[in-house]
Amino acid sequence: MTNQGIGQSVRRKEDFRFITGQGHYTDDINRPGQLHAAFLRSPHAFAKIRAIRLDTAKKMPGVVAIYTGQDVAADKVGGLICGWTVKDKKGDPHKAPRHDIIAIDHVRHVGDQVAVVIAQSLSQAKDAAEAIEVDYDVLTPVVDVVTALKPGAPQVHPDAPGNLCYDWEFGDKAATEAAFAKAAHVTRIDLLNNRLSPNPMEPRSAIGEYDPGTDTTTVYTTSQNPHVLRLILCAFVFGLPEHKVRVIAPDVGGGFGSKIFNYPEETVCVWAARKLKKPVKWTSDRTEAFLTDAHGRDHVTHAELAIDKDGKFLALRVDTKANMGAYLSTFASAVPTYLYALLLAGQYTTPAVYAEVKAVFTNTTPVDAYRGAGRPEATYVVERIVEAAARELKMDPVELRKKNFVPVDAFPYQTPVACVYDSGQYAKALDEACKAADYAGFAKRKAESAKKGKLRGIGFCAYIEACGIAPSSVVGSLGAGVGLWESGQIRFNATGSVFVYTGSHSHGQGHETTFAQIVSDKLGVPIENIEVVHGDTAQVPMGMGTYGSRSLAVGGSALMRAADKIIEKGKRIAAHLMEASVDDVVFDKGTFSVKGTDKQVPMAQVAFTAYVPHNYPADLEPGLEASAFYDPVNFTFPAGVHIAEVEIDSDTGVTTVANWVAVDDFGKVINPMIVEGQVHGGIAQGIGQALLEGVVYDKESGQLLTASFLDYCMPRADNLPSYKVGMIETPCPHNPLGVKGCGEAGAIAAPAALMNAITDALGTEEITMPATPLKVWKVIQSRHLAAAAE
Amino acid sequence: MTISVTMTVNGQSVTRDVEPRTLLVQFLRENLGMTGTHVGCDTSQCGACVVHVNGTSVKSCTILAAQAQGAKVTTVEGLAQDGKLHPMQEAFRENHALQCGFCTPGMIMSAIDLVQRNPNPSEETVRHELEGNLCRCTGYHNIVKAVMAGAQAMRG
Repeated sequence: MTNQGIGQSVRRKEDFRFITGQGHYTDDINRPGQLHAAFLRSPHAFAKIRAIRLDTAKKMPGVVAIYTGQDVAADKVGGLICGWTVKDKKGDPHKAPRHDIIAIDHVRHVGDQVAVVIAQSLSQAKDAAEAIEVDYDVLTPVVDVVTALKPGAPQVHPDAPGNLCYDWEFGDKAATEAAFAKAAHVTRIDLLNNRLSPNPMEPRSAIGEYDPGTDTTTVYTTSQNPHVLRLILCAFVFGLPEHKVRVIAPDVGGGFGSKIFNYPEETVCVWAARKLKKPVKWTSDRTEAFLTDAHGRDHVTHAELAIDKDGKFLALRVDTKANMGAYLSTFASAVPTYLYALLLAGQYTTPAVYAEVKAVFTNTTPVDAYRGAGRPEATYVVERIVEAAARELKMDPVELRKKNFVPVDAFPYQTPVACVYDSGQYAKALDEACKAADYAGFAKRKAESAKKGKLRGIGFCAYIEACGIAPSSVVGSLGAGVGLWESGQIRFNATGSVFVYTGSHSHGQGHETTFAQIVSDKLGVPIENIEVVHGDTAQVPMGMGTYGSRSLAVGGSALMRAADKIIEKGKRIAAHLMEASVDDVVFDKGTFSVKGTDKQVPMAQVAFTAYVPHNYPADLEPGLEASAFYDPVNFTFPAGVHIAEVEIDSDTGVTTVANWVAVDDFGKVINPMIVEGQVHGGIAQGIGQALLEGVVYDKESGQLLTASFLDYCMPRADNLPSYKVGMIETPCPHNPLGVKGCGEAGAIAAPAALMNAITDALGTEEITMPATPLKVWKVIQSRHLAAAAE
Repeated sequence: MTISVTMTVNGQSVTRDVEPRTLLVQFLRENLGMTGTHVGCDTSQCGACVVHVNGTSVKSCTILAAQAQGAKVTTVEGLAQDGKLHPMQEAFRENHALQCGFCTPGMIMSAIDLVQRNPNPSEETVRHELEGNLCRCTGYHNIVKAVMAGAQAMRG
């Protein structure tokens, strides 16, 4: 028992099925009588559909049906929704143009759905899709936010004039202006936050199935939040009763945000299955994933930091243009607003912050939450400009940060942008990171690199994020269409084993182990006797799913509440068995005992008695199970410091990550092994963003130039270093576990740390992500040329 | 039109009539119902589909089932013997070298082939050799550790 509880690196319960090839991912599932769907997608970024001819395709072998947008419209299927309404500067709601599950008259990005073929086999469906003839009037597309905002730019939607989704502001503009007026120094920076493709290794997949006998629809799909998907499909898209729809998200092969959303494809599978009364399956191929999985980031930002003569930050002013893509995805509107601007105070006491954000439609794939969602973008702004300020002021970036950190005695700390930070030890994390990175020895290492003709740089990032989303009343007041509680249930069986049901969803995070650990720790049941159930709306009563590093802070807290109820009921049963007063019964490590005596009964006996209540309190219900909901009182605020050290080959422009140190504060850590793994993965995605990855559209044609792993550079093992991951624990004071969340930290911290290291090595801020060898080499060459010209 | 394909998969002889264009990975997943081998891309980059054909790692999305006619194919389902995990499987579990598990079968099959060719690989070699296997979850740190540990265990 002692090596299974909180704080132990318990090996994962879920691993056996994965290492033996016995996982059950959606594409592994096949239903009797199943048909296969293939989509015909737009080859154009922007076009009017003039005519679609299906005659040849319909006669192809195996074809059961072909549907176009006209068929969807005839069935009055609702469009896809955005679940968070952002109000602009004037208080008007954002523009959310109609998003049909199959395009009706216009296609607005390459890959937009034009038709779906349902056939006996997948290859038959694909063959027939190729035989569909479509006449398009091709229109001029716009793919970037700067062009899209110019007068006379192509208009993506008639009901979003100027391509503007919203023009939004946050923070105290007057106080910020006043602070800039008295600043001794102002640092300015222009930043591009490159567009990324999330690329979980498992492509999206869905099976829709309809049982006419019970009028029940079942959806197997790759979702991070099956209950939320059920709610959207029922309440907004189809108008179906929730109790007649079951969503199953079985083993899911990574999500990183991209599997939060309601997409056209699973919606079409459900619709077609109900029409045809046969299961309909679709699985994305990788190019479809690049074309249709919601992308992340894509910000163009100008930022200014006002600083007084002593190096204290006075104000931060940020102007951002965020690319929304062709349609407003499920939570897209919240990402560059409430998940972004509210984090712009960083770890600092900056008293005034003001942000303006224009969200812009373009003829590109929709953009929504990707690992970190808004917080990596905010951290990138804050930590790039702070580092740049240190360089301008010729101050040590460590000292400048320390001068401005929120001090340990200031918590709870109210920032000027609405957040109340719960707890933290920012200087301690920085000190420990500097020690682990041997910051003191950097100058020597830089000199050694120089001897080899190489450039060496070091970069810091002191990030903060808001996790554990969220107090429902807060997000409701900001425009969220849902509550963001979580639910959990603990059910003992008569023989003492336990089912744990959670509304959060694991797609790599290891909930089956971590959640078993917290229940084991609390109730004294060995983890091998605990089964964590998730991902099925028919088994788990309610849930809001997994995103924003919320599972343990919110879902785990719900389970702790349920465990408290189990203990309370258990005490009454135990008191009866021990012929004692309930008030004298205490529970510890799986055993109920009577204070001051040697009387005790184990939890297993109490559970057995609850189901075989022959000798039982007269006024108590049999059974031992409890449900609980948890709605957090605040966000949690994980924070930490990452330090990147790079060596750049001047001849080739190749950047090698020479060292990586992370010191994170996630509050209480349940399973250090799993938490470190989360940090590793996040860092890799952050290094990927800074060095390798970037979605590229052709400006003229709007074609996606990075639509496969041949063109989009995913991090490989030989691109990445080993990481030194350290932790400090400052417990979250407002949830029962003291946990803060760890899933996104690496992806939030890494891009700024790495770009700060590269700009340190190059001696210029003028380089954008991804800092490819070509870009780096060009910077070095331009400086050589400049030096030669002098 | 179909053709008959016969091969030995995890020690069992199998014969199926398939379309000539059937890929080996489709043969395994769809014709044999062995879904341990995964498909993560369509350009032979990701390596989720790696199996062994006559003892050598092959991306099973890259060859036709017909090309494996008469071959001995081993998939991740065939690694454990008599209920005992292969040392590389054990190493992946022990070192937390998997998160979502989707890349894991291909990663383990590649790792075993790597160690068979290079019983005592350096970290640099392991990182270089795994270039053809993508993982989006782990940042490779623990995969590299696991392969080194698995190699040691395989050396005995």
